[in-house]
Amino acid sequence: MAAKSKKEYDVIVIGGGATGAGTARDCALRGLKVLLVERKDFATGATGRNHGLLHSGARYAVTDQESAKECISENMILRRIARHCVEETDGLFITLPEDDLAYQSLFIDSCRKAGIRAEAIAPEEALRLEPSVNPALVGAVRVPDGAVDPFRLVSANVLDARLHGAEVLTYHEVENFVREADRIVGVVLRNTLSGELLEVRGRMTVNAAGIWGHLLAAKAGVEINMFPAKGALLVFGHRVNNMVINRCRKPADADILVPGDTISLIGTTSERIPFDEVDNNVVTPAEVDVLLREGAMLAPELATTRILRAYSGVRPLVAADNDPSGRNISRGIVCFDHAERDGLEGLVTITGGKLMTYRLMAEWVTNLVCRKLGVTVGCTTAEQPLPGSKSVPVSEGRKGRKEFVSLRAGAKGAVGRHGDMAEEIGIRSGKDAALVCECEQVSVAELRYAIEKLDATCLVDLRRRIRLGMGTCQGHLCALRASGVLSECGRTREQTLTDLASFVDERWRGVRPVAWGDSIVEAQFTQWFYDGVCGLGDIVKPNKAQEE
Amino acid sequence: MKTKYEDKNISANNFEQCTKCTICTAYCPVVEVNPLYPGPKQAGPDGERYRLKEPMYYDMGLKYCLNCKRCEVACPSGVRIGDIIALAKAKNGPKIPKLRDVVLANTDFVGSVATVVAPVVNTTLRMGAVKKVMDVTLGVDHHRTMPAYASQKFTTWFRKEAAAKQREFERSVTYFHGCYANYNYPQLGKDLVKLLNAIGYGVNLMEGERCCGVAKIVNGLMKDATRDAKRNIGQMRRAVEMGDQIVTTSSTCTFTLRDEYEHVLGLDNSDVRDSISLATRFIYRLVESGQVRLAFREDFRMRAAYHSACHIEKLGWSIYSTTLLKMIPGMELIMLPSQCCGIAGTYGFKKENYKYSQAIGRPLFDHIEKLGVEIVTTECETCKWQIEMSTSAKVMNPISILAEAIDVEKTRELNK
Repeated sequence: MAAKSKKEYDVIVIGGGATGAGTARDCALRGLKVLLVERKDFATGATGRNHGLLHSGARYAVTDQESAKECISENMILRRIARHCVEETDGLFITLPEDDLAYQSLFIDSCRKAGIRAEAIAPEEALRLEPSVNPALVGAVRVPDGAVDPFRLVSANVLDARLHGAEVLTYHEVENFVREADRIVGVVLRNTLSGELLEVRGRMTVNAAGIWGHLLAAKAGVEINMFPAKGALLVFGHRVNNMVINRCRKPADADILVPGDTISLIGTTSERIPFDEVDNNVVTPAEVDVLLREGAMLAPELATTRILRAYSGVRPLVAADNDPSGRNISRGIVCFDHAERDGLEGLVTITGGKLMTYRLMAEWVTNLVCRKLGVTVGCTTAEQPLPGSKSVPVSEGRKGRKEFVSLRAGAKGAVGRHGDMAEEIGIRSGKDAALVCECEQVSVAELRYAIEKLDATCLVDLRRRIRLGMGTCQGHLCALRASGVLSECGRTREQTLTDLASFVDERWRGVRPVAWGDSIVEAQFTQWFYDGVCGLGDIVKPNKAQEE
Repeated sequence: MKTKYEDKNISANNFEQCTKCTICTAYCPVVEVNPLYPGPKQAGPDGERYRLKEPMYYDMGLKYCLNCKRCEVACPSGVRIGDIIALAKAKNGPKIPKLRDVVLANTDFVGSVATVVAPVVNTTLRMGAVKKVMDVTLGVDHHRTMPAYASQKFTTWFRKEAAAKQREFERSVTYFHGCYANYNYPQLGKDLVKLLNAIGYGVNLMEGERCCGVAKIVNGLMKDATRDAKRNIGQMRRAVEMGDQIVTTSSTCTFTLRDEYEHVLGLDNSDVRDSISLATRFIYRLVESGQVRLAFREDFRMRAAYHSACHIEKLGWSIYSTTLLKMIPGMELIMLPSQCCGIAGTYGFKKENYKYSQAIGRPLFDHIEKLGVEIVTTECETCKWQIEMSTSAKVMNPISILAEAIDVEKTRELNK
């Protein structure tokens, strides 16, 4: 094996989702020498492919008290440590005429038992608080749900890990583990862009690879029985609702509508899929139908709101060890010490759980790592605010609001996305202030900041860091402008064109399941613009062919 | 798979039909001269998504929008960009209007007071020192002269001199004169009465006509505008029930009565909307359908350039005026390129807008001077002030030209 170097770390964390990033941060805060490895970009797995719901835990209260308690506790912590990633919207659990109103009192009791504030409100009051809610509702309960931006959350965790000495490698996939007798001592990584191999050594390795943790564990010779469960969601063109809307009944398909940044999201479905579809799952017409039908039950306006795109993610569900059939699947947190479980030293796995409990999962696994390394420093991630949430946002208070309103669009967008870290962006010239992405108010300076400070390497990364191309036009103008800035930052012509092609493809992939009405008009205009105006039709076609 | 959502998913939210083609911004007269204005796409459909998320995302640059609606004319997707911006200004913009804006917006109140003491007011408003004071204290740019007020209102003249005669006609129309014809330039109203009488139509006025409200709308005084609009709709309804069409001489009043009442103020004017017409359109249709014939003076000669005011462009009605004007044998009519003159009602009077206002109009002014025409004709009174201030041309409403060119006796004979 042609490994180039053999750098030594205390801990290698595999997986750049919320759990991996949170673990890297926790380890770094406790003084460990950390390497965080991600095969693609941050938040490309389940982390970035869910509702972005800041669960109050109410959804689990009736069926799973433990999860409910974890959720409400983490909910309150995230409001403190990640305020720039969180929108404190509150949520409603509504009862429609076809639902059993008797469920409401069970629901409220269960919430209160788990420590979740839950108050029944009159249907008229619910309509006043959230005018988009189905006016047919017969009951509503208000709970402390909210919205959380998973991309921002991961980015802030990585940034803080870095600030505390962690190293980070994106686009590096684990080729194999380095094994010495019954101990994992490192990993061989393959740079997925250049193909180069790299061997690194770690006293401990953390498998935080989500659903891919199943395959990763197999590479280490241990078995984790995971079940990929696909969930599909639809993105609507603007914020239809300002409070989270849920159905007050046993959890089912498409019964959560979340406002997130400039859009609203309806989801999800749930379907078991085979492992070979994990990396390439598509939203089916049947799923789109269910999402729309059920979504319009929560907020009738959805039926006449533009749909931007559809996407799906895969939940890493883990079967209990004593149940290989997978019937007894838990959504709770699973933390394995493979030394104890399988007699393999040096490797631990953290999986299961949910976005809401990423910090707690990181705490658990970091505790385990520290115990194994003999480190006694305690966890501080519940108290220490993330970068971006360290000071009071400029937009708060009367004076702050006035100041915020007077900012230009790009500066406002930056404050919204980066909290107090927006100061780092520094708009110095007219060009810096110019908007690259007009739908999402992204300036040239913010784009540069994401490339230089947030590890964004290409257009799709930029989408996850700064919402580039997430707006109504789905990237048709901003992708070209951003390509220009990327070129200025040293990309070659070929890299830029390939990047552009794969970005346009990625956007189309999401539009395709909902390509009718306003969405198809936009897509056709984009196609005409790239092909007819820019003469870029030929760079896009080869990739299209691959997709077919 | 076809579902009922398939046809429904043409968005009911008009701003979501924007495909981000940016043609609106290319046609915006403000963007070209003022970097502080984000442009109609950003200010309208783009900004709307952010304002829905959090009203604090309101961009202060929206105050530079002229409300010319050229963005809406340009939009291939029918997005009501100008309306979105006007509504955002009213909803999310600064809540307390400036004293100056209140004065400028209340054209009818100020007008009815000023006409009483017109000679004093006019002289005062022309004095350099007064202009300087108004500039500093109110923020009305000192380059501007406030429009002169007439000493007799059009309505007063009409009651005394014309009302009785109107009963002689079998057919009639109701004239919405607006503030300008009433307080500043009653001659326009007199010209219209002359013209309509010549073709056999009597003229009625509405009882207690209010300002159409456009100045209040653009200055954020929505409550007052709504009050006036409701009154006007009621009065127009009575006129229509009596069988009258409602004719106007001001393009902006027409556009406000027809479109802004519904789109910006959210009022239902659907039963009267189709009966509201610019006088030139009303006359043209009569001529075209053969119901009316026009005869012009043989000695009439004029070389004039036609300027399509923004709201005429939005209505798409310049063709009626220009076709009528071209029917005059002695008329040489030159079409000016369709562009904004920069005044946009009260906009250009504001100190902070003066320089942009003049920069927007500059290409038009240069064009007029190069043509060397003595007369520019347009349906908009504020374009008239702007062009007369910024060029050597005199500006006339097409109705006034037609009234001057028409042979009243012959026309009467033809239409007996």
